[in-house]
Amino acid sequence: MKFTKTLLATTALTVAASAVVAEEMTIVSWGGAYSKSQKLAYHDPYSEKTGVTIINDDSSAEAVAKLRAMNEAGNITWDVVDVVAADAMRLCDEGLAMEIDPDTMLAPAPDGTSAADDFGDLLVSDCFIPQIVYSTTFGYRTDLVGDNPPDDICDVFDLEAYPGKRSLEKRPINNMEWALLCDGVAKADVYDVLATAEGQDQALAKLDSIKDSVVWWNAGADTPQLLADGEVIMGSTYNGRLFSVIEEQKQPVAMLWDAQVFDLDGWIIPAGLSDERKQRALDYIMFATDTQRLADQAKYISYGPARASSAPLVGKHADLGIDMAPHMPTDPNNAKNTFLYNYEFWADYRDDIDAKFQAWLAQ
Amino acid sequence: MANTLDNITVPVSLPFTLSLVGLLVAAIAFVAGVSTASDFSEFLLTVGAGSGLAIGFAFALISLFDTARPAMIVSALLGAAIGLSLGSSGGALFGIIFGVVAARLIFWVHLRQYRRGLPTYLTSNQVLWHYGFRAICAAIFIFLITPILVVLPLSFNAEDFFTFTPEMLSLDPEGFSLKHYKDFWNSNEWQRSFKNSLIIAPIATMISVSLGTLAAIGLSQSHVPFRRAIMAVLISPMIVPLIISATGMFFFYSKVGNFMEGTLGLDKNLVGYIKVVLAHAVLGIPFVIITVTATLVGFDRSLTRAAANMGADPVTTFFKIQMPLILPGVISGGLFAFITSFDEVVVVLFVGSASQKTLPWQMFTGLREQISPTILAVATILVIISIALLTTVELLRRRSERLRGMSPT
Repeated sequence: MKFTKTLLATTALTVAASAVVAEEMTIVSWGGAYSKSQKLAYHDPYSEKTGVTIINDDSSAEAVAKLRAMNEAGNITWDVVDVVAADAMRLCDEGLAMEIDPDTMLAPAPDGTSAADDFGDLLVSDCFIPQIVYSTTFGYRTDLVGDNPPDDICDVFDLEAYPGKRSLEKRPINNMEWALLCDGVAKADVYDVLATAEGQDQALAKLDSIKDSVVWWNAGADTPQLLADGEVIMGSTYNGRLFSVIEEQKQPVAMLWDAQVFDLDGWIIPAGLSDERKQRALDYIMFATDTQRLADQAKYISYGPARASSAPLVGKHADLGIDMAPHMPTDPNNAKNTFLYNYEFWADYRDDIDAKFQAWLAQ
Repeated sequence: MANTLDNITVPVSLPFTLSLVGLLVAAIAFVAGVSTASDFSEFLLTVGAGSGLAIGFAFALISLFDTARPAMIVSALLGAAIGLSLGSSGGALFGIIFGVVAARLIFWVHLRQYRRGLPTYLTSNQVLWHYGFRAICAAIFIFLITPILVVLPLSFNAEDFFTFTPEMLSLDPEGFSLKHYKDFWNSNEWQRSFKNSLIIAPIATMISVSLGTLAAIGLSQSHVPFRRAIMAVLISPMIVPLIISATGMFFFYSKVGNFMEGTLGLDKNLVGYIKVVLAHAVLGIPFVIITVTATLVGFDRSLTRAAANMGADPVTTFFKIQMPLILPGVISGGLFAFITSFDEVVVVLFVGSASQKTLPWQMFTGLREQISPTILAVATILVIISIALLTTVELLRRRSERLRGMSPT
């Protein structure tokens, strides 16, 4: 009994002790190498400057659903949330994210350019503070594709020249566009064609031609693992994950930048925070999205900073010492042929095409 | 047992041995083919070539040698050579082991040694069943334990992937490292979640054990009304799908939490811990009730009456008489409650906030967002902790039984 009492007392003390810590804020992000880059570039300097303890929650994948539930229960535990632009738009429309005024809430560029101009077109929603430009693109195993490495997006659909498994994301976005591009549809017409039922069937028919050779992935970490195992010969994922596989893990993998699809990722602040927490979140955002901080993040991961003024400050990788600029999706050599993701199209058609795609998957 | 067949080395018929070896290898090739072959013809080729080669090999060994020993040496050398040409020292080691086992098996069948140690009157079918039964048992153990064992070596991987690298397979020290264990000890996130698990699980266990034991004792009294209904309610968290309980708990504890924070003015973190601990205690209670109720069946009620007769009040009776006797049930119930809380990911994902992130939560997100062998390192540590825990409890149980003279040692 004595032992139990001691245990009880100790645990109670530990709880009490951990409860008295100073200011805390919970920042939600995607985990993995990406969260690590944010920790090094934003969280650590911010904690050092202000003494605020930052707690990571790697729940961005279900951010929309969780924010809805939290809002319903009147118990919002998140302070700042990292989401892709499309999710930010949905959250903003539903009133779950707070509107941001770029002129008063974000830092201007060092040369005095206002934040609104510095971010420019990337401010795609009133609630969204862009952080990085990333792309979804393909990597391939250099040792498994033969003497003639793929350099065209349509090589993904060419089972004769490149036999073997390829991994694609288990959702229609990007896959449908790539399928149409390789089925003879001009880049400019892709979304017009995809808006029609025949166009959707055409894209699915093209995907059908490689369906037996596809491994479907759900998380960004899947393709790197599959490539490292040699289980697939090529696969799509986020370019930063491929950078990590190639440069940090030294796997025999190379990038296929053709028809990479650009997308944005950034912060939102949940609506309905108490004043004290809102001020803290805004203070963090002001700090973490200034020109220098955004450029700093590129030291740890190969995503392009969202501010125009950050681009010239992008330097070398923090550990490897290699120049990061040639690994950015926006580098001219990599961006010879890019595909522009259409937010509005997917906001309108996502549910329909999702249903069709899932039905096709189950066939 | 004296056995006249022991000294018999008369071979069985050659076709019998060859077809048995062929069948065995075909079965292995079947499994290999299912997992690796890309189409049906390749699959047939794997099975056909595998069993064909094995039959040829067995035929050669049997025609060349009369006894097992020289055949094993030759076969081991052959295996080593093949292993060396395919891989390195590791491959050679596998080759030797494989060669020895294969040759031993062939002669074991061919020289009727499988009859050794068995009663002579057994029919062929009974002998077949004797080994078939053992093979089935072995297969069950293998399927239960291999998934756990496979993560142990992978956690020493020198690379950041869930992959057996060529270096690891050839037992090259370069292929192994402790970096994922270092990662676990040095990462704030892992340490925080480990600490949280160590705070939440014991407190939740203590609550479940006290409440569950009390409930079990109460419910085993014959005069309690609606016993079955109350029992059903209490063990419902075990029956209702976890995701349903978790959703309900999320909304319920959000309100409770808001009340504690808003009206009572408690600290946000403390409230977070209270919520998770209570939710986990609820999940643990059914296990305690069930095990304690089962133990109470064997408890002699006249002992409590005897204690009362001697002037002990109910509380003294409980702690001095009843508790020591039902302790094994209480402990195993507590163990289940502890493991429930320690392994639980669904409820804590709903009820907890990031400050209460437990180990399973961290593993869950880690596995989804970043397939890192750090998870395997943690899994290995947890397996070791679990084994240690169960061993301790079992030793304690045996000790107390010995002390009470219950087991004839």
